[in-house]
Amino acid sequence: MAHGWEMQHDDSVVVIGQDVGANGGVFRATAGLQSRFGADRVQDTPLAEATIAGMSVGMATHGLKPVAEIQFMGFMYPALDQIVNHMTRMRNRTRGRLSCPVVIRTPHGGGIHAPEHHSESTETLLCHIPGIRVVCPSSPARAYGLLLAAIRDPDPVMFLEPVRLYRAMRQEVSDDGQALPLDRCFILRQGCDVTIVTWGAMTLETLRAFAELEAQGISAEVIDLATLSPIDSETILTSVAKTGRLVIVHEAARNVGVGAEIAALVAEHGLFDLHAPIQRVTGFDTIMPLFRLEHDYIPSVQRIVDAVQFTLAD
Amino acid sequence: MTIVAEFKIDYRQILDPKGQLVAPLPRFAEDLDEVVKMYAAMTRVRVFDTKAVNLQRTGQLGTYAPSLGHEATHVGIGAAMRPEDVLAPVYREFGTQLWRGVTMTEILTYWGGDERGNDFAGPRGDFPWCVPIATQTLHAAGAAMAFKVRREPRCALAYIGDGGTSEGAFYEALNLAGARTLPVVFVIVNNGWAISVPVAAQTATKTLAQKAVAAGIPGVQVDGNDVFAVRAVVSEALETARRGGGPCLIETLTYRLSDHTTADDASRYRSEAEVKEAWTVEPMIRIREYLYKAGVWNDAEEHALLQDCARQVDAAVNEYLHGVKPSTDAMFDHLFAALPPHLVEQRATARKYASKPSGH
Repeated sequence: MAHGWEMQHDDSVVVIGQDVGANGGVFRATAGLQSRFGADRVQDTPLAEATIAGMSVGMATHGLKPVAEIQFMGFMYPALDQIVNHMTRMRNRTRGRLSCPVVIRTPHGGGIHAPEHHSESTETLLCHIPGIRVVCPSSPARAYGLLLAAIRDPDPVMFLEPVRLYRAMRQEVSDDGQALPLDRCFILRQGCDVTIVTWGAMTLETLRAFAELEAQGISAEVIDLATLSPIDSETILTSVAKTGRLVIVHEAARNVGVGAEIAALVAEHGLFDLHAPIQRVTGFDTIMPLFRLEHDYIPSVQRIVDAVQFTLAD
Repeated sequence: MTIVAEFKIDYRQILDPKGQLVAPLPRFAEDLDEVVKMYAAMTRVRVFDTKAVNLQRTGQLGTYAPSLGHEATHVGIGAAMRPEDVLAPVYREFGTQLWRGVTMTEILTYWGGDERGNDFAGPRGDFPWCVPIATQTLHAAGAAMAFKVRREPRCALAYIGDGGTSEGAFYEALNLAGARTLPVVFVIVNNGWAISVPVAAQTATKTLAQKAVAAGIPGVQVDGNDVFAVRAVVSEALETARRGGGPCLIETLTYRLSDHTTADDASRYRSEAEVKEAWTVEPMIRIREYLYKAGVWNDAEEHALLQDCARQVDAAVNEYLHGVKPSTDAMFDHLFAALPPHLVEQRATARKYASKPSGH
């Protein structure tokens, strides 16, 4: 829907990727776009991720705004050479002469019984790259508003779409062309006892944990990080100053995860606000298992509740 | 003007779609028992495939990539390889794997979401299924390099699909194999479609076999629905490679009669007429006709074979469905040869919060 709005209102926006045309994308995200806007503006690419990213650099530096789809995050890696060495550096190395207004959309995370390499959360790899935004919406409405913002942004954006939300959540979204701000967190629930920062599909478990905690008389403030890089430190620090406790929840592996960056941020700027050690509830530092074990990998509601209770223990 | 390079691509067919011989019979096919064995293997994989799709539809298997229509290519290649050779499959080549001794239970176990399915009891050196497109071609080249360095008379064989030929890794593998005269055979299974993208949208070349030309290695196109031609051409390529004659690229022309996977709906992007047409040249009819005409096959044999296949498939499905759930520890136990301390701690957390054992 956001694609459609922006293509209607900006002739330079083009959609490229594998199976985005007649097939409408494997998750149907580009359904109907080719018949509406034609095969020049909605192009199936050959089966080659380096092609998709490299071609995007060429298109974006010469008047188009590619919204590229990488079919699954696990297939992104051939594209990384182009992303790391060219897409994110073009503005800097040409001192602003050329730039890359590209959006790369890709499914993110597990939980839908998908095959191998279809369920990973490797956002950390992307967040470490200078010169690119990394965005991960947590609802259809935020996906709409943030995707519009990403397409309108003059710099490259990685747009990670949690697959569990494709399946789990239906929501009426008004197609009004209203973008949401990038580089800002969203406060999903207000609270005063503990701050829980999460993003993507883990907002599902976190909001369930919020309800359980509420029933126990614990007031949690739930923050959807939304833009994983750069991080909106102000919203997080303000919240931690109020609650004095921080739990970070993410599906990705723990080691050098985005949670570690948030913890470091609070340690540097909000240490004396804390009443308890920061807790991280994350995926394990293992390979995302095939689907019979994936629910043993993805953090459970109980793990979040227990971590919150740990921060509240005397 | 001087021509500095020229190339041609041969097309090979032995059995036409009606089961008529259009080229001399290869040596292996003179033994009708061997032909029956190949036909039985093709039948078994088709029965298995149908069952696997049904299991997925009833929620007892994960996403599955059917091999419907690929039986001649897959079995022809299985029969051409030696047990000590190494296979680098993609994710659809069950006919080759079954021939080489991978079990139906192992196939179901992997596609049922459990890594234990990759721990083949049969061909211990074969690579597991490979989902990231084209990456396996370099593994096969690397295995072939190992055979060359160790002076072992073995070959590697990598599958790739028509879509996969658009990936850089494919060209890199061909290039390396050619430059180092490696004992490796690459087989492009050209089934017409890479999910929704037809071959003509991947490349402007008339054949995929001619991708070999730029790597300086031979390329040949084969009727992939003709099990005789596939086995003959792949056998020749493997024996050349084994003798030190270098790699080969083979394109087998077939058709994906099914959806790409059980998560796909091919009716969104291809015509019914095209699929109907493809059914008239599918691989089972011609070999069955051939066997009937040779007087070694009849309706009773056919019936008995189908019953036997169904029995084998049912036994495998039963074993799969009644297998024990993988342990939560499994995601830690095989990560390193020795588990680092922080993971010992995480394993304890995983155990504490593990979901209750459940069925499929």
